[in-house]
Amino acid sequence: MAKVTFTANLMRHVDCPSVDAPGATVRDVLKAVFLENPRLKSYVVDEQFSLRRHMGIIVDGEIVLDRKALSDPVESHSEVFVLQALSGG
Amino acid sequence: MSDQMIVSTRKGLFTAKRNGKGWALTDDVAFLGDNVTVTLHDKRSGYTYAALDHGHFGVKLHRNKGQGWEEIAAPAYPEKPEDVVSTDGWGKELPWATALIWALEPGGADQPGLLWCGTIPGGLFKSEDHGETWELNRPLWDHPSRKRWFGGGRDLPGIHSICVDPRDSNMVRLGVSCGGVWQTNDGGKSWDCRAMGMRAEFMPPEQAGDQEIQDPHFLVQCKSDPDRLWVQHHNGIFQSRDGSASWSEVTDVNPSSFGFGVAVHPDEPDTAWFVPGIKDELRIPKDGELVVTRTRDGGKTFDILRKGLPQSHAYDVVLRHALAIDETGDQLAFGSTTGSLYVTEDQGDSWQEMSHSLPPVYAVRFM
Repeated sequence: MAKVTFTANLMRHVDCPSVDAPGATVRDVLKAVFLENPRLKSYVVDEQFSLRRHMGIIVDGEIVLDRKALSDPVESHSEVFVLQALSGG
Repeated sequence: MSDQMIVSTRKGLFTAKRNGKGWALTDDVAFLGDNVTVTLHDKRSGYTYAALDHGHFGVKLHRNKGQGWEEIAAPAYPEKPEDVVSTDGWGKELPWATALIWALEPGGADQPGLLWCGTIPGGLFKSEDHGETWELNRPLWDHPSRKRWFGGGRDLPGIHSICVDPRDSNMVRLGVSCGGVWQTNDGGKSWDCRAMGMRAEFMPPEQAGDQEIQDPHFLVQCKSDPDRLWVQHHNGIFQSRDGSASWSEVTDVNPSSFGFGVAVHPDEPDTAWFVPGIKDELRIPKDGELVVTRTRDGGKTFDILRKGLPQSHAYDVVLRHALAIDETGDQLAFGSTTGSLYVTEDQGDSWQEMSHSLPPVYAVRFM
């Protein structure tokens, strides 16, 4: 199970504590997370399950590059951070 | 006469009320710090809706019936088939994802619970259950001409104006930037472009009259004379006297015919208001003087209304949803990108400032 942690700034809008979730890719892991927390989904990905434009994901220190299909691999003990790609004001 | 208005801003939703001394902002502030793009107060149901754009976290929709705000489903596009190429009129990729809720309007009096929602990148959504669920209108989305639309002021095209005909709720007209005016007579099963007579200076001369690429900034309809419509267009002011079958340009408007918002009197189709900027490439009031223009004779002549408005160093821009009129036609209000908020109770002859320090104002609605 990967450990998934969300930016604290999301907590203002939707409850999203760190969770353990199964899956071999970022997409699979997020799907497992959203199954338990459906409201969180639209805050992280769009209708096509692509990462929102100003969000970023880091898996074990590596920035996720496939933002569209979220196919980057996740290991069973990976740490996944879902973050804001800082922008706006 | 309305005695309450809600003001959508870049940093929250504000409420103003009218009392014995005139209008004033109240302590009732919702979504403070968040970007509220547009609202709707549905008199049929009592629900108020607020659309938010959280930037990083996407577009959300909230609803309130006097007992607090609750998040409800935001209009969402269906899964795009892999073999579908989705581009705008310029050939740029057009994602099947709600980038902005740009218009929210109730259906007709005979359609309780029905709401229409216009979005960027150009999808029209309908709800039949007070916003619990939304469905993309496929006949318009799948219309070949929809793929010709392109962004005007925004990266992607969008539907910003929705007028449900008071005579027939199945007759709905839309304003699209950039895509012209679209009309359905059968509740959304089929759509036609209705922008004949409009003129797009931003296109090559031979394409200036192309109906499907026009940029109507805002479309309004006279409630008691629904064949009379007004458009503040990117290239001037246009009006229709035949239910949008044709449009004629209103010229010789001082100080300018450029702007975003337009309001029409609910009972007097010849009476309309605008808040002009200099021109599309110079979007500030002429000479730093903030004015409202008003015609009472169908665009033949215009009054320039300035009493109560700043007449030096004013750089207010009033966006398309930020000029509102109430049901009586006597009260109007507008907010600006520089955070000013004004109201009139005498059809614009004089204006009262409610604030000059709000966040940028996106939309104003009388309750």
